[in-house]
Amino acid sequence: MEALKKELKERIINVLNLEDITVDDIQDTDALFGDGLGLDSIDALELIVLLDKEYGIKLADPKQGKEIFQSIETMAQYIAQNRTKL
Amino acid sequence: MKNCYINGIGSVSIQATGFSIFDAEITTVQNVNKAQQPSYKELIAPAMSRRMAKGVKMSIYAANKALFEAKMVDPQAIIVGTGLGCIEDSEKFLDAIIENEEQFLTPTAFIQSTHNTVAAQIALLLQCKAYNFTYVNGANSFENALFDAFMQLKHLDKENILIGGVDEIAPYTFSMFEMVGKVKRVGDNINFKKPETNGIPLAEGANFFALSVKKTANTYAEVVDLLVFNDFKDDETSTIKAFLEKNNLSVNTIDVIVLGVNADAVQQPFYHKIQVLFTETPQAYYQHISGSYDTASAFGLKVAAEIIRSQSYPEKLKYNEAQPEKIENILLVNQNNLTDFSFVLLSKC
Repeated sequence: MEALKKELKERIINVLNLEDITVDDIQDTDALFGDGLGLDSIDALELIVLLDKEYGIKLADPKQGKEIFQSIETMAQYIAQNRTKL
Repeated sequence: MKNCYINGIGSVSIQATGFSIFDAEITTVQNVNKAQQPSYKELIAPAMSRRMAKGVKMSIYAANKALFEAKMVDPQAIIVGTGLGCIEDSEKFLDAIIENEEQFLTPTAFIQSTHNTVAAQIALLLQCKAYNFTYVNGANSFENALFDAFMQLKHLDKENILIGGVDEIAPYTFSMFEMVGKVKRVGDNINFKKPETNGIPLAEGANFFALSVKKTANTYAEVVDLLVFNDFKDDETSTIKAFLEKNNLSVNTIDVIVLGVNADAVQQPFYHKIQVLFTETPQAYYQHISGSYDTASAFGLKVAAEIIRSQSYPEKLKYNEAQPEKIENILLVNQNNLTDFSFVLLSKC
């Protein structure tokens, strides 16, 4: 799980082009949206595409995103349970 | 009729940030020339900057400089000219379509790939809801933006307008240009005065201007007239003479002519004809400083405006040996690939 979280942080930094942010700056339980990393709705779309492309997870219900994208912790848990790509 | 004054200029070019044509040193043009990127942190929040294409960032920086210099806070129009827009992100988006087999397409590169994103993002930052327009007309893109602003200032109820020209270099587009011989290749001789090789030394940059009907202490010059066209209906000499006569000028009353020579042996004969017509006139050039790209002529306008305001004629701009006795009227002549011709006439204020 720790390796997955690190990989996820690296991918998010890369995909969202988070300038001046390193893996160490993102805590596992930090909020991704709002006061935490400050991501927005366009980033949410990028994360949905990332889940599909890298882990083979299609989010059928966008409302699910609210819970899944709370933090790195929640994302990693969801990916571990639902991934179809290794 | 109202006048059109250049009151502020901002630029990002292949030269160092803050470069002036009066500086001693210039970075020599190579076969490919990337713009020197200034620090954007003071101007653009990191959360916004991370999604912006290079062309957008360069333009926001240059636009901000122009507005600040002119003390203009409320442009009543934002008009941008660009040959290829933010081509780097266009390439990213198209690459993603191919690599991902038309799936997993994300919005960021698509948003940046539209040509009008530059003018739109400047407007967003300024919270400017006024006229917002983008011209994509090859090497006349900037001149069309200038012409639009010129007409609106002269004939409509507009006082302040921000205009600019921007273009980027992107790897795949560059390789295509190389393939068709449009650009210089590594090792090609680059000679602006006696070009021996074909192709242009490709570059990138953003040049913005705050235009106003009001003259200020900072005014560079007045844009007196301009002519934008794709082909000569008459010969070059008659066309230029008619343009000058329309403005009560003649070949002899032009104090400096600024030529958009671009080191391309194929395009040089056009400029040679203009040189012959203006044999006695001081001839200046600028693309050995800016490099060549669709909207490099905006850098040419910057150079001409700086000459006229400073009333000095730097050695490094001289294309011939003639020295101006006075600097009151400057004519810019540009073209690309023997089309997209333009004349821009500036006068001292």
